[in-house]
Amino acid sequence: MIVTGDYRPGMFVQRRGNDLVALRIGLAEIVRNDVKVIPLSGAYMPRVEDLVVGKVVNVTGYGWEADINSCFVGYLPGSFVFGRDFSPATHDLNQRFTVGDLLLAKIEAFDRTRDPQLSIRGPNLGKIPRGEVTKISPMKVPRLIGRKGYMINMIAELTNLEIKVGQNGVIVLDGPEEGVKKAMEVIQLIEAEAHNADLTNKVQQMLGASPSAPPMEAAGAENSGE
Amino acid sequence: MDANGIRTDGRRWDELRPLKMEVGVVRNADGSALIEWGKNKIIAAVYGPKEMHPKHLELADRAFLKCRYHMAPFSVDERKNPAPSRREIEISKVIREALQPALFLEDYPRTAIQIYVEVLQSDGGSRVAGVTASSLALADAGINMRDMVCGSAVGKVDGKVVLDLNDIEDKEGSGDMPFTFMPNLNQVTLLQMDGLFTHDEFAQAIELAKVGGMKVYKLQREALLKKYFSGRSAESSSGSAEMMEEA
Repeated sequence: MIVTGDYRPGMFVQRRGNDLVALRIGLAEIVRNDVKVIPLSGAYMPRVEDLVVGKVVNVTGYGWEADINSCFVGYLPGSFVFGRDFSPATHDLNQRFTVGDLLLAKIEAFDRTRDPQLSIRGPNLGKIPRGEVTKISPMKVPRLIGRKGYMINMIAELTNLEIKVGQNGVIVLDGPEEGVKKAMEVIQLIEAEAHNADLTNKVQQMLGASPSAPPMEAAGAENSGE
Repeated sequence: MDANGIRTDGRRWDELRPLKMEVGVVRNADGSALIEWGKNKIIAAVYGPKEMHPKHLELADRAFLKCRYHMAPFSVDERKNPAPSRREIEISKVIREALQPALFLEDYPRTAIQIYVEVLQSDGGSRVAGVTASSLALADAGINMRDMVCGSAVGKVDGKVVLDLNDIEDKEGSGDMPFTFMPNLNQVTLLQMDGLFTHDEFAQAIELAKVGGMKVYKLQREALLKKYFSGRSAESSSGSAEMMEEA
């Protein structure tokens, strides 16, 4: 139980008589009258407008099915890619995306009665040509991104990488190998200590040396981080 | 039980066996827990919600809850055939039904949630221990829950109602009653009975099981807090966040 009284239940919170109870393990946040729980564990549940990284697992006659690290498969209809005049007879779906391709997509529609629909309309959406893939718990993605993308931009800048993060916990890192290695370590740190304060400083410290600095210094920074 | 009311393992009638729980022991699972209850050693692992296979069994309005209780061949004195026995199939069913009321299965339509309960070493009361561990694992997996599920067995030894039977008492005693409930909602989810209890004994047994169950619940909370909130520095920068836990 979190709190008794006249509050409005929000995410993962239920009213029981005059009490509000949490439905998950997490941190309770009370802002004026609203109470919500930020869960610390759990699988990815698609939400409309989320950006996700998906892997094409099947090409059907009318679209693509992508594994979006969830209990549902994402479906990307051919018409969303080729436009209104899409016809399975004239367009070859395999030529555009094929099994194994990675996509950065947006959840277009989802209501749990049907599989979520993906769309690649939007800036930077579509096939991810190359990169190293890693995964973290989807509940920790907000921490990795940080306020207005502060954390992720900082990591990208300090490691010289292009980083794509899906709300579903799949991350694609693209850039110099050294940077990828470092970013992976940082991501693991964030995953392990997501609920701790002062994470930004820790990450900064870990990446303290610029990626072009001699490896000696980089090793030193890593040790101090432990 | 001897003349002073001390049991075979030195406990009094209202004492639990030593109990230890740990959350997050199986790396590959979405949620897991280890429970050591007396001589019981049980691992529960939860996978899901994930896609339902076989597809034709999926439910359009809620998740399909699957549960497997299994005893390892080395969990008992005489090697046990690893094939699921009549007893294991029954216990799988009662564990599933004991947990179902606590879960918001309707939050995960068309999916499956799989619970594995693996008994590594067995003593009396393993189904209750299995439910307790599974409930921890489900909470660890981040599945929406109304409440935790916990409980304790009660039984009758030498004509007296006692809490938390061990293996010997289970076999030699004259009655045995596994009991699990949702402590905050105060609702019973599993109640089985073996042997004969009078009305008074039954009422006494239920009360005793609830008291024992609350102790188990306390430890459940501690186990979860330990995994999720240990080593937490003062408070996060948002300031308004406060420490809390499942239901």
